[in-house]
Amino acid sequence: MIEPNDIVETIKMIEEDHLDIRTITMGISLLDCADADIDRSCQKIYDKVLGKAKNLVQVAGQIQKEYGIPIINKRISVTPISLLVSASGGDPVKYALVLEKLARELHVDFIGGYSVLCQKGFASGDLALIESIPRALVQTEHICSSVNIGSSRAGINMDAVKMMGETVLKTAEATKEQSCIGAAKLVVFCNSVDDNPFMAGAYHGIGEPDCEIHVGVSGPGVVRAALARADKSLEMNQVAEIIKKVAFKITRVGQLVGNIASQMLDVPFGIVDLSLAPTPAVGDSVAHILEEIGLEQCGGPGTTACLAMLNDAVKKGGVMASSSVGGLSGAFIPVSEDAGMIDAARSGNLTIEKLEAMTAVCSVGIDMVIIPGDVTATTISGIIADEAAIGMVNHKTTAVRVIPAIGVPAGKEVEFGGLLGSGPVMPVKKSSCSVMINRGGKIPAPLHSLKN
Amino acid sequence: MRAILSVVGKDRVGILAEVSGICRQYQANIVDVSQTVLQGFFTMIMLVEMDTGNFLQFVDYIQNFGNENDLKIHAMHEDIFKSMHTV
Repeated sequence: MIEPNDIVETIKMIEEDHLDIRTITMGISLLDCADADIDRSCQKIYDKVLGKAKNLVQVAGQIQKEYGIPIINKRISVTPISLLVSASGGDPVKYALVLEKLARELHVDFIGGYSVLCQKGFASGDLALIESIPRALVQTEHICSSVNIGSSRAGINMDAVKMMGETVLKTAEATKEQSCIGAAKLVVFCNSVDDNPFMAGAYHGIGEPDCEIHVGVSGPGVVRAALARADKSLEMNQVAEIIKKVAFKITRVGQLVGNIASQMLDVPFGIVDLSLAPTPAVGDSVAHILEEIGLEQCGGPGTTACLAMLNDAVKKGGVMASSSVGGLSGAFIPVSEDAGMIDAARSGNLTIEKLEAMTAVCSVGIDMVIIPGDVTATTISGIIADEAAIGMVNHKTTAVRVIPAIGVPAGKEVEFGGLLGSGPVMPVKKSSCSVMINRGGKIPAPLHSLKN
Repeated sequence: MRAILSVVGKDRVGILAEVSGICRQYQANIVDVSQTVLQGFFTMIMLVEMDTGNFLQFVDYIQNFGNENDLKIHAMHEDIFKSMHTV
């Protein structure tokens, strides 16, 4: 029989340390739904997604019960909708509405893929889709949108950066009665990935198979608990070893759940995203891991070094536990979704500038950061351009998901609810970058893009 | 399928008998048991073999039994432990 200690450890990880499967995400290609008539295209999408995902929620529920591991979200990612708009023309919001209808009927938590990939320039359909994002997000609840504006290979599309600053602001304004939540479902990427199961940035890339299952694991609480039990005199490399071992165990659960879901749904298994994804629950925070390593509070000196080690150790431990690692994979630092980050932002220890440095060594970027409502569109574009530059030069994914707190008085906090959490408004430097942003054009790809 | 049953609660007469009775009710064959009382707490880990078709109902029933009798009971597919703790 399995060692009783191991059994108790697993149960404790789930019961006390918030180990869970954050998401089972079904990626569905919509390329065969493209039609010159937008209504016919929408009907084809409805039929295909309904057919593929009709058992997704039920299967996830069954796995949860049989294996005793909570599966928090059931999600769908689809082909970037801009590709369908390029074939059909018409108002892209129609696509958002059909996806919203599907999300409600299938009882999934989110559908991602109201997306544009325009790192090298705009194809037909791209501009119309970007223009429609605020309208789409105000009329839907379950739809997530992402725009890839740069890559290490193509450089940064500064025209798109300018548009996205405006789009983020308009989306927040359009949803200001609901805590500006539209902006929390919109993310701007550099080097976005095709098989990401996490929202808001999930979409089903064009190189992916027709349909597949991805799994995103979580478990900051488990890592923190393991470090809390460890001796404070351990050297940093010994701390890294502990993180690796825990990451291995967490990822093995993701791999198991992915394999079973794939068999039950008769859909190929895609990837495990071995990210540490926090939730606002106490004890499920990435910031608290950094503090357990030895920081008084996340955001202070030493934070970037601890995060770099954490991110690397998570990957090293997880990679052997899975047959196929993909997605974003690393430590997430969404401020409003992480109790420790929220506290650090409240105390002023965690600033946007420090977060920017942290994003150079970990997964994703300036994520779920609430900024003042009176910020200008060009300032948001400046934040996007800075993050994209870090991603472009370092060959990694970076992203910006900021929420301008329109109509929120100074000193008040914004509450989104659920996994999106809440948080204080973080100050943004007032110095203008409008001349630079208004130049538009492109930032050329870095020299190291020429690898062939 | 094989499942692991863990039972923790304040020790009293009959816990093992009651849990075994539920196993019998659901045609779950007990393959291995490890049981002890630690500081007044009954702690048991049981490996059972049963039909997959019965398992979800068994989970519902035994967890409900646990809730009503002040016992913490987990019934989970063996594979989650195997995958996590073996390479």
